[in-house]
Amino acid sequence: MRVIEWIVLAVVVILVIYGIYVYNRLVRMRNWVREAWSQIDVQLKRRHDLIPNLVETVKGYAKHERETLERVIEARSRLLSGSPQERMQADNEIQQALKSIFALGEAYPDLKANQNFLQLQEELTTTENKVAYSRQLYNKTVADYNTLREQFPSNLIANMFNFREEQLLAIPEEEKTVPTVKF
Amino acid sequence: MLYRQIEQNRRKTVLLVLLFGLLVLATGAAIGYLDDGDPVFGLVLAAIFLAFYLPFTWLSASRQVLGMAGARPVSREEYPQLYNIVEELCIPARLPMPKIYIVDDPSPNAFATGLKPEKGAVAFTTGLLERLNREELEGVAAHELAHIRNYDIRLMTISIALISVIIVLADIGVRMLMVRRGGGNRKGSGSNPVMLIVALVLVILAPIAARIVHFAISRNREYLADATAVEFTRNPAGLKNALRKIAESDLDVRKAKQATAPLYFASPFNKERKKRRAGLFDTHPPIEARIERLERM
Repeated sequence: MRVIEWIVLAVVVILVIYGIYVYNRLVRMRNWVREAWSQIDVQLKRRHDLIPNLVETVKGYAKHERETLERVIEARSRLLSGSPQERMQADNEIQQALKSIFALGEAYPDLKANQNFLQLQEELTTTENKVAYSRQLYNKTVADYNTLREQFPSNLIANMFNFREEQLLAIPEEEKTVPTVKF
Repeated sequence: MLYRQIEQNRRKTVLLVLLFGLLVLATGAAIGYLDDGDPVFGLVLAAIFLAFYLPFTWLSASRQVLGMAGARPVSREEYPQLYNIVEELCIPARLPMPKIYIVDDPSPNAFATGLKPEKGAVAFTTGLLERLNREELEGVAAHELAHIRNYDIRLMTISIALISVIIVLADIGVRMLMVRRGGGNRKGSGSNPVMLIVALVLVILAPIAARIVHFAISRNREYLADATAVEFTRNPAGLKNALRKIAESDLDVRKAKQATAPLYFASPFNKERKKRRAGLFDTHPPIEARIERLERM
């Protein structure tokens, strides 16, 4: 073969290798995105399972927080179904309501000394933190993935193999009114 | 601001490590020259030492550190909140869960060890757990996880090994010099008195220079760990308040040694903690400087 043919071959080989590299990166990032969401999913499920116990524990002390408890129970039912955004919204409502429930501990020393209450408080705090971190990781991964998907020349590979854009999770807005504890 | 700081820190480390490498090679060359007028011999000698010494330090690093510090492993049942805090941070850090240890010591501090994330371990003193609230503990834990993720333990282990190599080489060099003065002529010797002096100075100063570079790297990685910790938590306040509280303590960590000091969250030696400006041989930057950088984030 003549020199020019060798050069063309070399260029083709380099392009193919680059293409494989980009494809693998896209696959890896897409998997990270899915992994990050499943982390969130796991934590939401745990919160879902912890809430009945919490409601039982504070029922005796929360005569004046009936509304808050009802809100928690209602939001809980939306934790496991619906779109990711809807589920995050439900979790955010729960988190807001939990603030006043945990504050009950300050008003009732009995409750504060209750081991079960303290454990549940820690469990719910840690799961909420994990949801927050997972969402942070999810959004960061999605942003990196979308960027790679759109940039040239990796967008050529992305389009060739149908890599779809992933949605960011909007950070739910804090409720405008701070829930007050009435007792 | 945060990402720029992280970039700058990483670049500085590369420069320092290159400097270190050059120092080792220069020492080797100097010795070769002193011995025989042939620097290549010295270089080869240095390389051989490295090849043997590094793996040895590598394998026993973690166990040594934990043992020396008097750390005991603890279970999730004993310290549920601590486990939760570390577990939470493993998510943004993308790290596997490290082993958790406690050191019975009233001085508030923490350290991390583990040459790679899979072998990671973090230890906290009882003094730290007593004084810090959840947010501040989160900051400290994030800083330690940052060390693991940034492979700082590996870096400092290599650094210590390199210092040892340089010290040994320098020692050999000095001895050769004395032998030559007492003994007779060797081929190529005395051919260039200026080079002789240069080589001599190198051999005598190399150990000190190596230590200076080592501590500069250590301080640099501390800043990087602070910045990385904030990258994880998105909240500089916890770390800042933790630093302030630790600055207040007047205690030394009882079992800390010079060799393990770089791995701690803040200098385990009270005198070094109270310093306002970084000395050449400090393992950590002054706490005020660290707080100031955190405020700029």
